[in-house]
Amino acid sequence: MAIETQPERAEPTGRGPEVEAKRPWWLRPGAHTGLIGAVIGYFLGHWLGNFLGGDYARSSLSDANDVAIVLGYLFAVLGWLAGLGVFNDLFGLMLGRPLPEEARLIGKEEPGLGKYFRYTLDHKVVGIQYLYGMIAYFLTGGLFAMAIRSELLSPSYHLMGPEQYLMVVGEHGTMMMMMMSSVILGPFGQYFGPLLIGSKKVAFPRLEALGFWLTPAAYVILLSAVLFGGFPTGWTGYEPLATQAQTGEDAYFFAFGLMGISMILAGFNMIVTIINYRAPGMRWSRLPMFVWSMFTVSFLQVLAVPVLVGACYMGLTDRTFQTSFFSNQLGGSSFLYEDLFWFFGHPEVYILALPGFGVISEVVSVFCRKPLFGYKVAAAGMLGVGILSFFVWQHHLFDSGINPDMRPLFMLTTELISIPTGFIFLVGMGTFWKAKIRFSIPMLFALAFYFNFLIGGISGVFLSDVPADTTEHGSFFVMAHFHYTIMGGLIFAFMAGIYYWLPKMTGYKLNEKLGRIHFWTMFIFFNTTFLPLFALGMMGMPRRVFEYARNLETLNDWVSISAFCLGGSILIFLINFVWSLLFWRERETGNPWRARSLEWQLSTPPPPENFKRVPVILSSPYDYGVKNALPVADLNPPPGVIGSAYEPTGAVEA
Amino acid sequence: MSVAARAAALGAAFLVVVGVGIFVAVYYVGAATTQLPIVHYSASGGQVSVVLQEDPQNNTATTPDWVSYYTQDPVSKQWLHTTLFSVPENTKVNVTIYGYDGCTPLRNNYFSQVQGTMGGTVTVSQFDQHGKEYVTNDTTSVINSWSDCNVGHTFAIPAMGIFVPVASPNAQLSANNLCSSSPCTPSGNPYAVETFSFMSPSHTGTWRWQCLVPCGGGYIDGNSGPMQTLGWMMGEMDVVAS
Amino acid sequence: MSSTETSAAAGAPRTEPRHGWRMFWIWFVLSLPSVLIIWFVWKPHLPPGDMSSSAQHQQFDIAVLAATAAPVIIGVVLYFIYAVVVWRAKADDDSDGEPIYGNTKVQATWIIGTSAIVLWLAVFGTIELVGPAGAGAGEGPSPIWTLAGKQSATWTPGSDDILEVQVIGQQWVWTYRYPQFGGMESTELMLPEGMPVAFHVTSLDVIHSFWAYQLGVKADANPGVDNVAFTTPKAMGSFTVRCNELCGIWHGAMYNYGQVVSPTAFQTWASGVQAKEQADGVLAALPPFALTYDPTVIPQLGKNIVTVDGITGAAGYYYGPGNPVTP
Repeated sequence: MAIETQPERAEPTGRGPEVEAKRPWWLRPGAHTGLIGAVIGYFLGHWLGNFLGGDYARSSLSDANDVAIVLGYLFAVLGWLAGLGVFNDLFGLMLGRPLPEEARLIGKEEPGLGKYFRYTLDHKVVGIQYLYGMIAYFLTGGLFAMAIRSELLSPSYHLMGPEQYLMVVGEHGTMMMMMMSSVILGPFGQYFGPLLIGSKKVAFPRLEALGFWLTPAAYVILLSAVLFGGFPTGWTGYEPLATQAQTGEDAYFFAFGLMGISMILAGFNMIVTIINYRAPGMRWSRLPMFVWSMFTVSFLQVLAVPVLVGACYMGLTDRTFQTSFFSNQLGGSSFLYEDLFWFFGHPEVYILALPGFGVISEVVSVFCRKPLFGYKVAAAGMLGVGILSFFVWQHHLFDSGINPDMRPLFMLTTELISIPTGFIFLVGMGTFWKAKIRFSIPMLFALAFYFNFLIGGISGVFLSDVPADTTEHGSFFVMAHFHYTIMGGLIFAFMAGIYYWLPKMTGYKLNEKLGRIHFWTMFIFFNTTFLPLFALGMMGMPRRVFEYARNLETLNDWVSISAFCLGGSILIFLINFVWSLLFWRERETGNPWRARSLEWQLSTPPPPENFKRVPVILSSPYDYGVKNALPVADLNPPPGVIGSAYEPTGAVEA
Repeated sequence: MSVAARAAALGAAFLVVVGVGIFVAVYYVGAATTQLPIVHYSASGGQVSVVLQEDPQNNTATTPDWVSYYTQDPVSKQWLHTTLFSVPENTKVNVTIYGYDGCTPLRNNYFSQVQGTMGGTVTVSQFDQHGKEYVTNDTTSVINSWSDCNVGHTFAIPAMGIFVPVASPNAQLSANNLCSSSPCTPSGNPYAVETFSFMSPSHTGTWRWQCLVPCGGGYIDGNSGPMQTLGWMMGEMDVVAS
Repeated sequence: MSSTETSAAAGAPRTEPRHGWRMFWIWFVLSLPSVLIIWFVWKPHLPPGDMSSSAQHQQFDIAVLAATAAPVIIGVVLYFIYAVVVWRAKADDDSDGEPIYGNTKVQATWIIGTSAIVLWLAVFGTIELVGPAGAGAGEGPSPIWTLAGKQSATWTPGSDDILEVQVIGQQWVWTYRYPQFGGMESTELMLPEGMPVAFHVTSLDVIHSFWAYQLGVKADANPGVDNVAFTTPKAMGSFTVRCNELCGIWHGAMYNYGQVVSPTAFQTWASGVQAKEQADGVLAALPPFALTYDPTVIPQLGKNIVTVDGITGAAGYYYGPGNPVTP
């Protein structure tokens, strides 16, 4: 029989005829079938591992078979995906069945909450899934942080044994650095990316949804390390300690590799979408800065993350099949791991930081009601940071015995990267000049972002200087630096994005008063927690230790108490979030911020197909204050007309 | 859903999350240190006697080939599978270690040298499996693990500067007759007895102690497994107020 | 920072205040004292202190960095505070701000200014790295920037001999070997004051990192690799040695204290330890001194030591006998 082409495609509008009655929710693939698949897959993989290499103990000292565990994880992930229905379309096509209708693509197939628990291809649904996922991962990582600070209250009285403390430290770090790399790109990038460029969908909706569904798998696998006693290497996984570690380390490598695959897929999808799916009139010079940041970050993901996946894979083979990639005595090199990891690791921190820049640039423009100052400079800054981030990774390795004449070179490149980072500040500061500043909650978070990132960035300059780095490397100074840039930068930007965009995504307002309390407590306690860490590091306290000099106890206690209060402020946020969405439920309609960007011109929440017709973009979203400015887009262009009925006026564009 | 239904769902989800969190915290994070017994030694006549042994095998089903230290309870004389013990402060601590495990060359042979004990020496006696004493009360400051195969493990409290090599049965006995079920007893097994003394610190606190010989698996994996697990080849000495 | 204004016409009855100049003067008034305070008051107390040549240079370096960073931080924070106070929208004002898309002069000034600061810091950092023989950082097996001094097989106080100290990290204890004293090994680190020291840092198992805080020395200890760091202690006293790279569960407890003593006292101590170890037979039991510690080369190596493909672990095997043996 000839393979049928799909009859629905012949019709220009509307859906095809309903083929069959809808099956009940528990018979259609979703997260519940995914769980069943995961459990079955784990036992299958574990059995297979024992069958293949049952007496294959990596050394007589390990009591568990790493091969079984790794294969168990692998088959569990495959079972999870299969249960979710990820492979259904693929196998359907191979069997000659037609692809499902557009309805699944635009999340219209079920009006309720079920679509959030399925492999739904609508990018808006994926965005909401990411939002809840990221909040869950953030809170879990935060709980581990509270445990760390509890242990550090005293240098001599220990709440946890040394194994448990290292396990908690590793879980906190890995949860944050691994899972939160998509904290802005996931919820806001996937949700608003197509909306901001005027597209009805993303280029590869299946890859995008797959990218999301890999994250709960990675989360669970990472947490399962706790059941195996954790991993003692911290989030960096340095060899050869990682080869020595017991079975919890397999979970670390596997979860990190899995999350890496998720990041690669998401980045790949976003690049193609932004290049190809821009609406007519959306020139590169009109692209919102948030989209520029997504574009740059997607390149970083696609180019840098495969190196991590390779490093994790080699780490796993070193642990299971006794390869010796990273063993100095057997011809490998521990430096190889350090280089592979940090070649990924440095672009990774820019994957974390750049989306924050993007969100903040959007927010300040709206709440200063001014065009973004120096649009080209901002875009150049994003791209500059992205490109330069590949050339600086050795600054993590200054003291590790690398070739000494590499050091001035990498000191130079690391110092140079602060120039494009400074462009973001130039753009922000210029936007504030003679503006009309409104202190909405997103704007407050944006101001906090600038302050925090300033401190974080300047401390980065301290670290890039090799002589100063001799004292600061591996100490709490580094800890303070990256918490200021990542938590003070990225997470504050994430909060700005939530208060800015959540009304658009869900159609409900967030409580203003609770939001302000949340902001002030978070900002104050964040600074009281992390500012003293600079001093602690300079006074000689290394990272990841549970015993420290007695004279540092008072400062550590201050930091710990502040950290608990910071946790409390995040709790306030959580209460605001849950209460506003579940109980208070004040509807939001229209454009409360009177923003010009394209997503705010749609209904709140946006219609399932985003745009009824592909819009034609008429002007830049940053044309605030321009007399007789064109609207940003014509949402109802006459059919078949690429241009529009409006004549462009003499509005000046940057 | 109505408000009540939503509130109920939220409450249920909250309880589940809290429950899982408490379970994880109590059961896994708190596991190792809270489940191991601490052996308390109390002073008599201004001294305490701490008695330990190290065994080549053990009876744990999952890790039968992990070597391990055992600590003897001073009252019941039973061997407990723990490495946590407490001594009073500012007291003379007399340590006796029965070494049942076979000999291993030290990775860093510097630790053949006795450090930190009273007199800088240890006193060693060695017995074969028939109970014949072939080394009697040899007081020495070095047990060279490379020249004769005579050292099984070490006992070190690094923060106090105490590093003691623990004697083992000789090479021929190590290859053939070692104890095969733990806790080992002197009858039918070759062993070495080593005694030394040190003064416990004058303030309270917890001091870690460890063995410094990576186990048979080489220097990478050799420091894994029992070397990194409390209750096996490393432990803690609590110094309590007397 | 100056700026052109797009709205103030020449003959307007009320001119816009010159915000740029205002901000500049406030910034100047705040920055100058802060730089002076950093330089004259804070610098002598900056970490890591001045107990060694590398520490002193690092202290100077950090002071310069701080003095450069303070005006930048003050400038940016001040700008935002000023902007937020002066340009906040009034409660009933719904209008937009002025459509300023950019200002080439401002942008160019900023780019040139930040580039100049950054390049200045890079050059200065390189000078501070090269000058004091690598600034106490580990330089790997082939260091480029070394201390002036003679490499000699013996060490005498008062000469220009460089004292070689091998730092051996193992899980979870530091030991130190002095090749110029017969290769004796010790768990105590003593150093002579005022004479150049070369640390050869290596590890026996996993990656550690030797951090002597008050000496301003940090060098990673990699298995099978010699990592060289230089310093000259300048004052007597005790200093802390900590492990700075996560090396397993007792990483946090892997520290000891070292002492800087006078050169003659140091020689007395070192010779004494050497003599004791010689008498005890420990010295003969140690492997001959080598830059990367390889315990297989020992005179009394007996037939008991098992090697697999020429490699030995503590008891012979790298992997246990139950494994496929040949990697």
